[in-house]
Amino acid sequence: MSTDGVDNSKRRFLTAATAAVGAVGAGFVAVPFLKSWNPNAAALAAGAPVEVDISKVVPGQQIRVLWQKKPVWIVYRTEQNLEDLKNLPDSDLADPKSEIPQQPDYISGPNRSLNDKYLVVIGLCTHLGCSPTYRPEVGAADLGGESWKGGFYCPCHGSKFDLSGRVYAGVPAPTNLIVPPYTYLSDSTLLIGVDEGAA
Amino acid sequence: MSMLEKTLGWVDDRFPLTKMWKEHLSEYYAPKNFNFWYFFGSLALMVLVMQILTGIWLTMSYKPDAELAFASVEFIMRDVEWGWLIRYLHSTGASAFFVIVYLHMFRGLMYGSYKKPRELIWLFGMFIYLALMAEAFMGYLLPWGQMSYWGAQVIVSLFGAVPFVGEELAIWIRGDFVISDATLNRFFAFHVIALPIVLLGLVVAHIIALHEVGSNNPDGVEIKKNKGADGKPVDGIPFHPYYSVKDIVGVVVFLFFFSAVIFFAPELGGWFLEKDNFVPADPLKTPEHIVPLWYFTPFYAILRAVPPIGVSQFPGVVAMGMAIVVLFLLPWLDRSPVKSIRYRGVIYKFFLALFVVSFIVLGWLGTQPAGGIYLILSQIFSITYFLFFILMPWYTKIDKTKPVPERVTFK
Repeated sequence: MSTDGVDNSKRRFLTAATAAVGAVGAGFVAVPFLKSWNPNAAALAAGAPVEVDISKVVPGQQIRVLWQKKPVWIVYRTEQNLEDLKNLPDSDLADPKSEIPQQPDYISGPNRSLNDKYLVVIGLCTHLGCSPTYRPEVGAADLGGESWKGGFYCPCHGSKFDLSGRVYAGVPAPTNLIVPPYTYLSDSTLLIGVDEGAA
Repeated sequence: MSMLEKTLGWVDDRFPLTKMWKEHLSEYYAPKNFNFWYFFGSLALMVLVMQILTGIWLTMSYKPDAELAFASVEFIMRDVEWGWLIRYLHSTGASAFFVIVYLHMFRGLMYGSYKKPRELIWLFGMFIYLALMAEAFMGYLLPWGQMSYWGAQVIVSLFGAVPFVGEELAIWIRGDFVISDATLNRFFAFHVIALPIVLLGLVVAHIIALHEVGSNNPDGVEIKKNKGADGKPVDGIPFHPYYSVKDIVGVVVFLFFFSAVIFFAPELGGWFLEKDNFVPADPLKTPEHIVPLWYFTPFYAILRAVPPIGVSQFPGVVAMGMAIVVLFLLPWLDRSPVKSIRYRGVIYKFFLALFVVSFIVLGWLGTQPAGGIYLILSQIFSITYFLFFILMPWYTKIDKTKPVPERVTFK
């Protein structure tokens, strides 16, 4: 092929233009492939609210239900538990006043609940998503002895939470456990996934 | 001319069969002083073939469905003829693969096989290692046991630690708010199709690059610098038959040990298959002790060793990523004029020993509970792990090396 009198700059321009158009095209084609990884309609629909009967839960007991495929805990806290929560020194906790929005607006205070008796939290550690273990026994030797007033311990990386799901200071988990939106349909029936007053 | 020669000639006119045979086997000249450490490349190739073969057979009975997956694996173990053997070959083969790859990489460290002109061989190798880790991680989700589920939950949550886009990224990877059927299906697709194709491509690139520059050897002497009158390296011998025969011995010895594990301790006391993985995945309950399989534990220990900054887990994730990234940089961190440990000074030997000890201790720490003395030890050994790399440009330069011989030696 003769290369006499070839306008190289024009040739380079055409090559670059073709490559640019091709890249834009490839970018558009990539969108459906990337988007297909998003949660599908069925996964989104599975977020429907869950009704829970708590009439059979006894003091000190924890029950677990699934909402959005996540474990949600309901713990019946005793008078002693609530007393202990009040007396837990703020300095032991990373966010004692629940200032980081890990709960709906209508949840506040040391008990982090609508009805003080029942704690309702999503049972996934805010560190890396393991489900912590319920450790209600006060003074458990492996969890700090005297100072342990009951709570949750994550077996994966050693994070500790109190019986309101507030994270202890100095553990891997950065924030308190998440309180899902929920409401009481009656004294003994909870609806998880719907905001207080919305149902 | 015989029928066979005629057929070969017919093929050679259309496809470079004889040419490739010569280039890569019968006239590929490898240094004649290979030792024990040179078994692991060919062994890795053999295990790869075994994994692909057993993997295809497992796919024939496995069901990639969150409702069916666990039962289908148990079905393979109990009701498919010889299914237990194929499954154990595959699950134990994964661990064997990592044993071999780690020894293969250690050989590279000892003899400076990553140094110029073999930087690309090392890089391709590192990408193989990366693909292998992804392959192993995704494969471990498929039996849908407790460890499968919670292990994947933890690792995918790591992406959630990326600033700003983390949570969306984790949801995008899982295809759901937690690990679910969607995750299982896409991991299956990656494990059986996407990653094996990538792996095979990388292995081909690794070998082509190796055969382009030629193999290193325990002396770190370039045999191509010393060629005989026939134009062949005087210290080289044809790969086939010399090393093909040697490697067959390696394969036989390896299969002795491998069979012993397969038939007498296929789970190796929980090291190759964790006992919690014989419990179906339960999204409500994390097992008491959740640990990754042994080949990930050094990196897991580094992840846990780094404290969060504020509410962000990102530093630990970055440290874990860096622990792998630094390995890629090795060819450019090493400033030593010699390749092999035989001619390096005492400082390099000290740091290499420190690195190996750090890696093994971190691997053990990764299997231990979090917190207390284990945490402090993890932090100390994470530092020594990184010191090997960070100080390398300095200590390889000041280290006193010995003169490298002209020809390879036999020690």
